[in-house]
Amino acid sequence: MSKHTEIRWHGRGGQGAKTAALLLADVAFQTGKYVQGFPEYGPERMGAPITAYNRISDTVIRAHSNIYDPQYVVVVDESLLETVDVTGGLKEDGAILINTERTKEEIIPHLKGYKGDVYVIDARKISMEALGKYFPNTPLLAAIVKVAEIMDKDIFLREMKASFRHKFASKPEVIDGNMKALEMAFEEVC
Amino acid sequence: MAKRDRLSGNEAVAIALRQINPDVFPAFPITPSTEIPQYFASFAANGEVDTEFIPVESEHSSMSAAIGASAAGARALTATSSCGLAYMWEELYIAASNRLPLALALVNRALSGPININCDHSDSMGARDSGWIQVYAENNQEAYDNMVQAFRISEHNDVRLPIMICQDGFITSHAVENIELLEDEEVKGFVGAYEPENYLLNPECPMAVGPYSVTDYYMEAKRNQAEGTRHVERVMLEVAEEFEKLSGRAYGLFEAYRLEDADRAVVMIGSAAGTTKDAIDKLREKGEKVGLLKIRLFRPFPADAIAEALKNVKAVAVMDRAEGYTNQGGPLGADVMSALFRARSSALAVNIVYGLGGRDVRVEDMEQVFAELKTIIDNNDAGETYRYMGVRE
Amino acid sequence: MAADISKLGLRTKWQDLTEGMVIAGAGTSRDFLTGEWSSVKPEFIEEKCKQCLLCVPVCPDSCIPVKDQKRAEFDYDHCKGCGICVKACPFGAITMEGVN
Repeated sequence: MSKHTEIRWHGRGGQGAKTAALLLADVAFQTGKYVQGFPEYGPERMGAPITAYNRISDTVIRAHSNIYDPQYVVVVDESLLETVDVTGGLKEDGAILINTERTKEEIIPHLKGYKGDVYVIDARKISMEALGKYFPNTPLLAAIVKVAEIMDKDIFLREMKASFRHKFASKPEVIDGNMKALEMAFEEVC
Repeated sequence: MAKRDRLSGNEAVAIALRQINPDVFPAFPITPSTEIPQYFASFAANGEVDTEFIPVESEHSSMSAAIGASAAGARALTATSSCGLAYMWEELYIAASNRLPLALALVNRALSGPININCDHSDSMGARDSGWIQVYAENNQEAYDNMVQAFRISEHNDVRLPIMICQDGFITSHAVENIELLEDEEVKGFVGAYEPENYLLNPECPMAVGPYSVTDYYMEAKRNQAEGTRHVERVMLEVAEEFEKLSGRAYGLFEAYRLEDADRAVVMIGSAAGTTKDAIDKLREKGEKVGLLKIRLFRPFPADAIAEALKNVKAVAVMDRAEGYTNQGGPLGADVMSALFRARSSALAVNIVYGLGGRDVRVEDMEQVFAELKTIIDNNDAGETYRYMGVRE
Repeated sequence: MAADISKLGLRTKWQDLTEGMVIAGAGTSRDFLTGEWSSVKPEFIEEKCKQCLLCVPVCPDSCIPVKDQKRAEFDYDHCKGCGICVKACPFGAITMEGVN
């Protein structure tokens, strides 16, 4: 049966949710999938809530609407849990992935009774440890690839390394840190 | 050999332009400009093109510079969006009336106000009577393919008119999707060299462009200009046929999707057509005879062919992503209804304004449109022929 | 299609105009008899003329022909009657109604 995955990202302007969605489209494309990665633009300023979307499919994607009933939601900034209906339309047999220092048990009461799977990851800790700076989108990308079973870990890491080599051609010193962040995220998401 | 890739609509058009390697590309480099000149500027800086890239102080100037370059004998283009197009208004008419081949890569976005940066067609729809050829795309692939074909149509000796290559702001311009690119050499061979008969920089034959026309000549001049637009349909189909041999991708003046036996049809422009196809497939599975006519060439308007394609439908919804403020609907509605009237069609037609300022269009919305068409057929009455979709009321 | 200015007139059909009204070819203004636009014309009084030729370069329409270093009669086919030549002549050899 052909597989069709829809993911919605919630973040704040400047945190890289759009970039993460585009990177996910990029890496899924490398495995031969049809992909879509697109942002929904609201007020163009740092800190404003933004939404980005992914469709990843075995068949051609034609729909150009936003995603209202995703299988997966990624929350880049946990403060959005209080202000944005992040679980709106999220399928009960899907999952939500949240960037937080808190445990799953501490987070669940904030999800308005969402009954599907909940995953947490401390992207700040991973990013600071691996990169020395706070770039949450790299760990979150690895985490959602694992949670949504987009592709095997080995293929993912191989494709990301090739992508980083291209992207960071002028500053290769950051490649190792980014790769480390991806590997840590793959292990630590729970 | 096609290259599979994943690109945003902006990147796709910029790559087509790199492959075309035009002579002159003036563009305003700040908002409301698009990423298209931004990507292209890096191609120019990296020496990947021979193009003279001119960052100018306004869109009024970018179009003026493109016109000057075209008159001089160069293959020229510019790019803009929304209010940037509005600021080019005066020059749009000059480019067309001077019969200057050139291209404009347009990303369709709403005009103010209220201030809004998202997709609708109000910018290019306002320019529909300027004498430009207007071609629209559903997705990044079509935007790329249309750009590759643009200069062949615009520069054709029977046409010699400027061409606007439009795509939906953000929805396709900023969305990364799969795409198949042609090889650089294939595009180069397909587009060919531009060799105008007369041009300003020809020392053998000095030339005057844009002379004053008194009343005694103006009307004849406008009729003469209209002759160029009369050849566009034929030339566009010829170019599309050649493009299909190269790419395997077929294009017409419009796309008829499951329209053959349809009793209900939607006519629309742009990215929402993809969403409509999903709605049609769902309804077809339930045995409903529904179809889509997606406009590719909007100016000149292929009225006869559209009326012919719609001749068997009982009800049609014409979808406008722009208000016309006529109290009758939008510009596409007016054109399609007039085409149906001239063809003595008995179809019941309504005009629906939708998607303004980026208002999202879902599969369910389009299923609802087909449901409304069913009611119209059942009642044998079009009812209110000017409607809004997706507005809170 | 290059323009043949001499064929333009009030009977010209749209089919006979150039695309975009382009005028391709040099010196076509010679074929366009703009002299009819004027209501008054300068008059050349040869006996007063010293052949200084000061009038020649100031004529905006190049209507004062020079042959063998001497100016000849005005080219009234193109003279628009601006009167600049009258002002330029130090010897009163050119006169025109309304110009001193």
